[in-house]
Amino acid sequence: MFDWFFASPSERRLLGSRPLQGPTPWVIAIMTFSIMIVAAAGLALADTASRVAAGAETRYSAQIPDGERGLPATLQAIRSAPGVTNAEAVPEAEMRQTLERWLGPVGASADLPVPALVIFDVRPGADLAAIERRVGATAPGARLIAHRDALGPLLRSLTALQWVAAALVLLLGGASAAAVVLAARGALDTHRFTIEVMHGIGATDHQVTHLFQRKIAIDALIGSVLGGVAAAVVLATLAAGASFAGEFMGGATLGTTDLVVLALIPLALTALATWVARAAVLATLRTAV
Amino acid sequence: MVLTPIVEFDSIGLRYGTGAEVLRDLDFRLSKGGFYFLTGPSGAGKTSLLKLLYLAQRPTRGRISLFGEELTDAARDALPRFRRRIGVVFQDFRLIRHLSAFDNVALPLRIGGASEESVEGPVREMLAWVGLADRASARPPTLSGGEQQRVAIARAVINRPELLVADEPTGNVDADMARRLLHLFTALNRLGTTVVVATHDVGLISATPGAQMIRLENGAMLDPTGSLKNPPQPRSEG
Repeated sequence: MFDWFFASPSERRLLGSRPLQGPTPWVIAIMTFSIMIVAAAGLALADTASRVAAGAETRYSAQIPDGERGLPATLQAIRSAPGVTNAEAVPEAEMRQTLERWLGPVGASADLPVPALVIFDVRPGADLAAIERRVGATAPGARLIAHRDALGPLLRSLTALQWVAAALVLLLGGASAAAVVLAARGALDTHRFTIEVMHGIGATDHQVTHLFQRKIAIDALIGSVLGGVAAAVVLATLAAGASFAGEFMGGATLGTTDLVVLALIPLALTALATWVARAAVLATLRTAV
Repeated sequence: MVLTPIVEFDSIGLRYGTGAEVLRDLDFRLSKGGFYFLTGPSGAGKTSLLKLLYLAQRPTRGRISLFGEELTDAARDALPRFRRRIGVVFQDFRLIRHLSAFDNVALPLRIGGASEESVEGPVREMLAWVGLADRASARPPTLSGGEQQRVAIARAVINRPELLVADEPTGNVDADMARRLLHLFTALNRLGTTVVVATHDVGLISATPGAQMIRLENGAMLDPTGSLKNPPQPRSEG
């Protein structure tokens, strides 16, 4: 299946050029680097979105309009409700601190009424209507807020960003393929005379194609490994919490599957380049006599 | 004994693009084992006719058969196996500049799938025969015109082709080398190779008794006796 990759010395001499000559390896290296960084960002976003969604799925807030007065009873009612695994009241000082960030000093003023807030987690399948009835009984007018509803816009944005990353990966892959087509046509032009002589002597299109396919496969392999190593260094530096990374990577991680996917990108790009080169060379040769 | 035609042209015409026909109504047969000289003034169409013979060009009309097989509409993929049975000496040598003389001569054997071990001996022998044994590793740009011509001829005959087509093969060699090359062609011819040589060299023609002339003028063939269209049948032996 890969016998074309192992050429004899005489076959290697036919094209008379060494690997890393010409722009192909460098174009592939840049493309591999870009694809791996974008793919890593997309996978990290997916991981973040999945963790945020998982955390928000079973978390609720009870908002109690008359503030601290009804809080102890409501907190007790929630904690004793079936299916509730954890319930904590948010301290008023913490809430006012948050409000102060948005409203300025007025947010800390005692004149501004602040509702009490209890955040609680439930087991999957818990009877939320029963919990709501208990809360209503102790604090009339209180309402429950599902965190997944509050975080919906954020999760939708994260999903959109993942699609953008996937589209960028596809676009960069397409650009790589186009670059390989141009490189293959350039190589055919450069070696047109050799090809004509080979055809004249009885070489088949497949024999000629193998020479170019092998050359571009080697260039692509070298380029994609270079780009892959560079991307791995950058990603490892970011993951190690380098100061310049700031909050970009905060909380986002890449799992084993993600790392395997990233490691496969250089190989996939090499395979794509090889296949595209073969198709481009064969298509061009078929226009000859 | 039945004479077997190795090449058959029926009403062949050739034009490049939308220009006028450079070859018109070519009707002839070349017998297997024959020796032919193709002559005619410059621009008569000799090189175009040779291109049709070595399958570098398809005719725009008419039918061509080679080695007993109709090739006019043959699929592109079918042509290499016929080209491997044809040796070609190009007027401009067509040597690959970045390959050594050895590799240029070895090319037809390697394309035909010969192993490296089986290539070494015949190529060395052929280079010695054309007087270039000590130039095996030289690349064409470092060889003289005559030496390049000899490498080109060695490449054309290394495979013992059934049909040898040569375009002005002695144009760049001295008289002694021209005699030796002609000797090589006649030796191959005796072994059964059909030889077609396009040349202006009258000395070459007169030194080859028994060879047949094909004369082209303005893209048409002069065949007043009809012997090219209908070759005379040799008498059966016994």
